[in-house]
Amino acid sequence: MAIKNLKYQEEKIFKILMILSAISIMSILFHIIGTILYKGLPGLSWDMVTKLPGGGFYLGKEGGVLNAIVGSVYLIIGSLTISLFLSVPLVLYINFYLPVKSVFTSIIRFSFDILFGVPSIVYGAFGFALMMFLGIRASLMGGIIAVAFLIMPIMMRSFDEVARLLPRDLPDALLSLGATKYEMIKVILRQLMPGLVTAILLAVGRGIGDAATVLFTAGYTDNIPVSLNQPAATLPLSIFFQLGSPVEEVQNRAYASALILTGIILVLSFSARYFSSKYSKNKI
Amino acid sequence: MRYIRLVKDKSARQIMLGIAIFSLLLLLVIGLSLFLKALPIVKEKSLWVLLTSGNWKPFKGEFGFLPYILSTLYVSILAIIIALPLSMLTSIYLCTYASKSIRRIFEPVIDLLSGIPPVIYGVWGSLTIVPLIADKIAPHFVEFSSGYTVLAGGVVLAIMILPLLVSVLLEVFRALPKEMTEASLSMGATKWQTVKKVMLRRSVSGIIAAIVLSVSRAFGETIAVLMVCGNIPLVPHSLFDACYPLPALIANNYGEMLSMPSYESALMLGAFLLFIIIVIFNGISRLTLNQIEKRYSL
Repeated sequence: MAIKNLKYQEEKIFKILMILSAISIMSILFHIIGTILYKGLPGLSWDMVTKLPGGGFYLGKEGGVLNAIVGSVYLIIGSLTISLFLSVPLVLYINFYLPVKSVFTSIIRFSFDILFGVPSIVYGAFGFALMMFLGIRASLMGGIIAVAFLIMPIMMRSFDEVARLLPRDLPDALLSLGATKYEMIKVILRQLMPGLVTAILLAVGRGIGDAATVLFTAGYTDNIPVSLNQPAATLPLSIFFQLGSPVEEVQNRAYASALILTGIILVLSFSARYFSSKYSKNKI
Repeated sequence: MRYIRLVKDKSARQIMLGIAIFSLLLLLVIGLSLFLKALPIVKEKSLWVLLTSGNWKPFKGEFGFLPYILSTLYVSILAIIIALPLSMLTSIYLCTYASKSIRRIFEPVIDLLSGIPPVIYGVWGSLTIVPLIADKIAPHFVEFSSGYTVLAGGVVLAIMILPLLVSVLLEVFRALPKEMTEASLSMGATKWQTVKKVMLRRSVSGIIAAIVLSVSRAFGETIAVLMVCGNIPLVPHSLFDACYPLPALIANNYGEMLSMPSYESALMLGAFLLFIIIVIFNGISRLTLNQIEKRYSL
């Protein structure tokens, strides 16, 4: 009897521990979002998102972080374009051109698994080395290139996951109708659109929030860049720099900027979820 | 007309092959360019001296990476010690006990946690964890601590690697064939006994792979650790000492390094070390995970 009891008791204890740890993970998330909301809301104002930093902005005078918001948007549009042009053909190629169990495909997937794990600071350093080689200074261009490298594995992997699940009948049917492979992938791409949108949203979320990559490569400025050769401010770096200030108002603005960034990430994440749930019902 | 179609098809194929080869070379190019940048400093001083010396005086030409390497190690190990039990329990729960609706609630939680940018974790850590350590925890153990410590870095990193750990562990547990656990349950074992004696025992390699993967994620984390670790280039002796992980060093000195070629080369060596360690760690764990997937999916 004693042993039997013990086994149920152990079960109970561990079940409680499991529920507790699940709850604690959930509450950490809410605590993070709550803290950012609590600290950021008071500093949030219309000026924050519509004005450039004015004179004495870093001493607590008026202005906003429009430079960082626009800079981040420019940066992500540029790098998204580059990585789209690279990762979409790549995924289509390894899934629909190469034979199903080709060695080349698994090598590419493996190398992207590794690239996915390479930290952003290394992409930053690599981007910096590349810029020195090409003779570009810290600029929007440099940032775009570095972030493109950072988000390409993310996009490739999540798009690949969807492409892999596509029923093989579709390409076969197309080919049997006499389509060339190129015509085939045009149809397939349309079929994979929701997956591609999810991949894009994920990549944008990662790219827009990353600071370590742009630290080396994009520089920082109080203005909105008008050409690719000019440095560009980014939202994460703007938070980072404002937080470093001893002035309280500037710090409050950092919290407000953090709130803006968190808001952007939440919207991106939920829309990614919406698109992917449209496509595959249960992932977890 | 037919001719144009075929030309289009052929050129598309060539372009795609080109992109595929380019992307395959990417890893190599990154490694090589960092290596070439790091080469001057390795030539000047031996790698052994660079890695084991504790003197960091860039303007006197002394580059000892030891404090940074040890800081990175301590912080990452602490992070995994904190994160592992939490994520193990949670993923076992989600995999065996939790109902479908709980799983559905939990999915976005993990997604969001992994989506929150590092800088936000940094802000949160410096707002909550750092004061907590400085005011509540540290006074019990040491006389004074600013709060910007190894412990703070470990806690923040632990939370940052949680989503990765949970999702990889879930994948590992899910790869186990259902028959295995069902056989154990039908023999009268409780759920927990099944977990302990069947699930965990069968997925040891997967769990190790998950740990290695998340440790390497922790190695490379930059901005968040930079904001909570204190950044003092000394070897930390306790949880309540400030530390200075390698990525933070690289990020903090990017402006200064331009003035001296050997300084730049030393920082690039730091980036190269990070890169090579993470590539090896990632490679090993991904191979293990792929094998697990293959073993049971046939």
